[in-house]
Amino acid sequence: MSILVYAESWEGKFRKNTLEAISYAKQTSNIFQTDVKAVTCGKIDDIELNRLGEFGAKKVISYPNIIKSDGKAVASILQQEVEDAQIIIFSNTFNAKIIASRISSKLKAGLVTNVISYITNSSDICIKKQSFSSKAIETVRLKSNIGVLAISPNSFEIKNDSVDVEIEVKDQEIDSEIIILGKDINKGKISLSEAEVVVSAGRGLKAPENWGMIEELADTLGAATACSKPVSDMGWRPHSEHVGQTGKAIAPNLYIAIGISGAIQHLAGINSSKVMVAINTDPEAPFFKAADYGIIGDAFEVVPKLIEEFKNLKDN
Amino acid sequence: MKILVCISSVPDTTSKINFTDNNSKFDADGIQFVINPYDEFGLTKAIILKEQLQAIVTVITVGDSSVEPVMRKALAIGADNAIRVNLKAEDSYSTAKEISNYIKENPFDLIIAGKESSDYNGGVVPGIIADIVGIPFANACNGLSTDGSSAELSREIDGGIETLKINLPLIIGGQKGLVEESELRIPNMRGIMTARSKPLEVIEPNETTTTLTESILFEKPAQKKGCKMISSDNVSELVNDLHNVAKVI
Repeated sequence: MSILVYAESWEGKFRKNTLEAISYAKQTSNIFQTDVKAVTCGKIDDIELNRLGEFGAKKVISYPNIIKSDGKAVASILQQEVEDAQIIIFSNTFNAKIIASRISSKLKAGLVTNVISYITNSSDICIKKQSFSSKAIETVRLKSNIGVLAISPNSFEIKNDSVDVEIEVKDQEIDSEIIILGKDINKGKISLSEAEVVVSAGRGLKAPENWGMIEELADTLGAATACSKPVSDMGWRPHSEHVGQTGKAIAPNLYIAIGISGAIQHLAGINSSKVMVAINTDPEAPFFKAADYGIIGDAFEVVPKLIEEFKNLKDN
Repeated sequence: MKILVCISSVPDTTSKINFTDNNSKFDADGIQFVINPYDEFGLTKAIILKEQLQAIVTVITVGDSSVEPVMRKALAIGADNAIRVNLKAEDSYSTAKEISNYIKENPFDLIIAGKESSDYNGGVVPGIIADIVGIPFANACNGLSTDGSSAELSREIDGGIETLKINLPLIIGGQKGLVEESELRIPNMRGIMTARSKPLEVIEPNETTTTLTESILFEKPAQKKGCKMISSDNVSELVNDLHNVAKVI
């Protein structure tokens, strides 16, 4: 028996969500009294592959010639590596969910996404997940022998748990059904789902040209930027920044909402945030009922002061 | 060209969520159901392709008779016919398996699902269909053009956008960007009238279809302790609290 984990790479590196998945797999392997085997696709150098050992992967199998964007190819690789694995673990990314759903189908293995709890019992496997766009937490029981889990970002600790790692590189190739025409990567920007701090703004900002101070505040905090639905619908900000019920659900440590009233659909996507700050001119804004800290005030006065204070904190 | 749109009937986004039967089931009492918002983008995209390429648009839902008003709405928006698989959707695998059974008997060039449903947020039904039917799958698709034989599409990857070319048949998990919010179609009177006479076929599920997971409990997230209000003249107090009390920066 083993715990299999798909270690998704990004431009040849492992991101935070992959390390969270490795740590989660290590924790799970303790419950099942077994080891962690990780499989990766795409070109990744030895130093990076070895890093997975620092978090508990006993064996790492690398397929440099498999295109990681081709979910079908990656799923067939995982199927051939599955051996006696009882649990297969993924991050909750768009790409990983393609592979997780295909492997779940191939193995007739129950699949749970948006996972927010560890497995505590190896014989009756029940897992908690975010449901109803974070308005509820759902407990799901697996009815199959093998389980496939996609774990929520920012929900599990990355733990150093170094083991002697064995690395194997396999040069297998698979013809791809998809042709990649192009990629537009947000270089140097942290991805919204992984960010520990998120600065978000809404209609209270009045016009798209006023986002300069939001970006400056985000840069000061090393944060990702997000926005409300109306702002994305009006084209002030890209769709990929929209958080809420019909956008992304996120769970950062700190969520700062500026000029967002806090409609139920918006709160649904962000109420898993550990700490929430609302800044709004309207004292009746529903966000003040959901937030941990509130400031009633004009964004154009408060945000520059915040930037200054955060810079002072950083300098000291 | 034949297009299938997979539709999920979900609680309206403004709904307050409650549970029943010792918190083991969703309480549908008093809830208004709507087309899953992600499916709505896909449905509108299908109607636009129908107008451009003379495509035939079928919608399919797995559910009991309570989902039929939402299916009629899809017909009123412009779908040509609707299929309801008479099974209460209880897990992703059984739902995907039933839709796959239908697709195997009735092949389509393009199958559009949402990137997830806004109720159970699984996001895996189209991927399972792709595996069972044996076709490519593009997730989180936010742009698509097709000539009826292949598709060029863009999809969100976590931290960027990828553009792909894939031969049909193909299944996508759609989202905003497939069409814009302002392009979404709402039923007009003529659409509502004609929807009444459009075929809505009910098919029985395959007896061998099984579920792989079961929901056993729902909880509400813990309530916040209350909001500490800070004066806009005292922003430094907020920064201090975030650093020293909440310890999040």
